[in-house]
Amino acid sequence: MTGVSTIEISDLHKSFGKLEVLRGIDLSVEPGEVVCVIGPSGSGKSTLLRCVNLLEEPTSGSIRVAGVEVTDPDCDIDAVRRGIGMVFQQFNLFGHLTVRENVTIAQRRVLKRSRAEADRIATANLDRVGLTEKAGSYPAQLSGGQQQRVAIARALAMDPQLMLFDEPTSALDPELVGEVLAVMRGLAAEGMTMLVVTHEMAFAREVASRVVFMDGGVIVEQGPPAEVFGHPRQERTREFLHRVLEPARVSESEIGAHLTD
Amino acid sequence: MKLSPRRRQRIVRAAGYIVFALVILAAAGAADWGRLSEAFLRLDVARSMFPEAITVALRNTIAYTLLAFVFGLTLGLVLALLRLSSVPPYRWFAIAYIELFRGLPALLVLFMVGYGVPLAFPDREIPGGVYGSVTVGLGLTAAAYMAETIRAGIQAVPKGQLEAARTLGMSHTRAMISIVLPQAFRIVIPPLTNEIILLTKDTSLVYVLGVTSTTIELTKFAGDSLNTRVNPTPLVVAGLLYLVITLPLSQVVRGLERRAGRER
Repeated sequence: MTGVSTIEISDLHKSFGKLEVLRGIDLSVEPGEVVCVIGPSGSGKSTLLRCVNLLEEPTSGSIRVAGVEVTDPDCDIDAVRRGIGMVFQQFNLFGHLTVRENVTIAQRRVLKRSRAEADRIATANLDRVGLTEKAGSYPAQLSGGQQQRVAIARALAMDPQLMLFDEPTSALDPELVGEVLAVMRGLAAEGMTMLVVTHEMAFAREVASRVVFMDGGVIVEQGPPAEVFGHPRQERTREFLHRVLEPARVSESEIGAHLTD
Repeated sequence: MKLSPRRRQRIVRAAGYIVFALVILAAAGAADWGRLSEAFLRLDVARSMFPEAITVALRNTIAYTLLAFVFGLTLGLVLALLRLSSVPPYRWFAIAYIELFRGLPALLVLFMVGYGVPLAFPDREIPGGVYGSVTVGLGLTAAAYMAETIRAGIQAVPKGQLEAARTLGMSHTRAMISIVLPQAFRIVIPPLTNEIILLTKDTSLVYVLGVTSTTIELTKFAGDSLNTRVNPTPLVVAGLLYLVITLPLSQVVRGLERRAGRER
């Protein structure tokens, strides 16, 4: 598959009714890349991610995943999705199934693996995220960080060639963020191709091979993390990073407040 | 002397209990217990109803309930899925069905099935005789109620569950069967209990189909005994036997709910 980008998005538009959320996105992700998408709320980051596996139907434009045109009406989307793992902000573990069943059900029903093989692969992937001893628990019995690690194991058990992360740590207590990021950092080190929507700037700076800054439904700028964080070229990027990275230094005059006269 | 809030609260509560007890006692004392027990608690009359009250009447009531429940649940599930379909004509059909059968008295539907079906299809009949007619007659109405209950249950399952299942490569149908419906049914266990209890009592309408001594159910059986013995004790016996069905049912469901509670 050399020479084929894992994701190739060109001129992607998406509207919800009259609201145009994505206004012409061009982006490609190469095999082995870790691309972090940052930007303010409502900038279209999550919608972009959800278009890649067609959880949202694009209004226009084209998306190719590993050479397959997913926007083609004749595309077998279920087959494409098998190769794309996705991790959600709200974990979305199946509440009526144990941790082990969460990780085996799609292997058995979709990939038609035998029970023994699915169990073996589940155990291996739960081991990767450090949760083999929780295999018999129900999701409600786990902490948020543990649930998210199970969700990652569930996606990995399908042997995806691409992983999508939709703000995977945004719903977690601050002290649980680290364990999820550690798993993601390990995946990146193994060479997994990852597209990550995140508010964790430290993670993006350290792990990403490329950072994409979005605002208002377009990509404002992108580049290696050292460049985007160290020398942002666009005024909008500078303002966003200033507010996110130094929230205690946002001045009154910036926001038009008059508290100290 | 000024009362402390705690003392005052105690006095008010004690007064409440006393009034409550007095009202109950007054109501009980006003009744003529001698005549009541003479009429409703004649042991010889009660004894004469057994064993048929259990071997025939109770058995048939349970059989009618279960048959109609299974039929209604199956049809209700189909209707709920049609109701949520993305295909407009399916939705319209489900809505029309639900509105129609929820709006008609169960007795009327039972009549129509009992007398209308033989007219419409003279060459064939509903298999199972009275049992078949009851299954369809009560099940059609129950399905309309259960369809709405199940639809609400499906909609109560978070959208992320379906999305996560689809993301793993499951088809819509597979995701519904393996992920959404099992969780929806856990949610609707309490309202479905209501349905089955209502259905148990609706089996008392079966008499309109003209039951025989082998297909008789509790209410008709009690009515017949009342006529032959000229004494209303059979009504009490039938009432107690209905409770024999419904009380354990509530208990089973409470157990199921506890189990489901552990998983969420």
